[in-house]
Amino acid sequence: MRTIKSRSRVAAAFGVVLLVAAATFAARSAPATDAEVDIDQFTFLPQRITVKAGTTVTWINEDDVPHTIVSSSKVFKSKALDTADKFSFTFTTPGTYDYFCSVHPHMTGAVVVEAASGSNAAQ
Amino acid sequence: MTSDHGNERGVSRRKVLECMTWAGTGVLWTVAGGVPSSMGIIGEARAVTPSGLTFLQISDSHVGFDKPANPNAIGTLEEALNKINALPVKPSFIIHTGDITHLSKPSEFDDADRVISQARLDVHYVPGEHDVLDEDVKLYRDRYGRGTKGAGWYSFDADGVHFIGLVNVVDLKAGGLGNLGNEQLEWLEGDLKGRPASTPIVVFAHIPLWSVYPAWGWGTEDATRALDYLKRFGSVTVLNGHIHQIMQKVEGNVTFHTAMSTAFPQPAPGAAPSPGPLKVADDKLRSVLGITDVTFKRGQQRLAIIDQPLQR
Repeated sequence: MRTIKSRSRVAAAFGVVLLVAAATFAARSAPATDAEVDIDQFTFLPQRITVKAGTTVTWINEDDVPHTIVSSSKVFKSKALDTADKFSFTFTTPGTYDYFCSVHPHMTGAVVVEAASGSNAAQ
Repeated sequence: MTSDHGNERGVSRRKVLECMTWAGTGVLWTVAGGVPSSMGIIGEARAVTPSGLTFLQISDSHVGFDKPANPNAIGTLEEALNKINALPVKPSFIIHTGDITHLSKPSEFDDADRVISQARLDVHYVPGEHDVLDEDVKLYRDRYGRGTKGAGWYSFDADGVHFIGLVNVVDLKAGGLGNLGNEQLEWLEGDLKGRPASTPIVVFAHIPLWSVYPAWGWGTEDATRALDYLKRFGSVTVLNGHIHQIMQKVEGNVTFHTAMSTAFPQPAPGAAPSPGPLKVADDKLRSVLGITDVTFKRGQQRLAIIDQPLQR
């Protein structure tokens, strides 16, 4: 089973900088803010991830059928992802974001976003 | 052999294998008073179905699919059409129970139309979830939605049989199954109102209207309400697709039947970690793909369902 490829350790100290960066796609070049969720065998892996505010989460569809990533509270919504297609969203505000696949709604997941430590800018 | 292949305890692997074996040989189902009985293999079946309304069900063509489970889904759809054109009794029309395309692309819809139109028959469609992947379900509705309500539901009559096409693949809720929705259910109630209980009813929709395997999403959330409106009728046949394998269940006067795909098989419920395209040996593929031939005999309340694989 694949897990989050988070390289975030020192990043927290630069929370403010990262939040600014997260507003643009340039955030993806900041290695500290990447997290990945694989869609494999009709399952989001990991099904629930916890990230710091400012993290860009990327979903990758490893299945032979299309899936979508749709926030239950309508915060984000992907198009249908074919095999190997990706969808990214940058989480700037702490909270729990439940989501599901609107094509196969029994597939559910959650992203838990915590405040970047050393910074209250994300509140 | 029992004909109940989907009790609430789920389907045992052995039972499913029995079903698959039947698929490979072709079984005639005769429904009298809601109780079906198996009449034998396809050779005998032909001999006892001389006249009446005959229509055909095809399902899950997934045009555009090109993965290892079947790199040529349009090719096997063409084979299915050849099979239809070679039938000894020409069906009156075709019902397609959805997943016409794999990714709702205009080119996939075009390719599907080009092949399916070779039958030169009317085709009555309902969408599968793979046909409504665009934001506002515009592609499907522009092509197939004329004269339909809502996301594409409708009814029509043929030879005294009332046909109802339902849509259970849009506006799905997180954690849920297939969904009909209140608007469609109200329409259904009105559509059935005043019809004599003796009217034979055929309901078709993509996702099964019975709980085949909820853990894989193989069921419809609010189907019980629809079945409630249907229970006073003496003969109800529900035809579905989605699960890419034959299953049958009888509940009172209602017979549920799911069809094979023309594109690729899926695992039996619980036989794999998840649903999805199942790779079988190349020389076995055509024995698990196929079409369904349905005959209704006027005056006898009989509905014979024959599943025919592309290749035995």
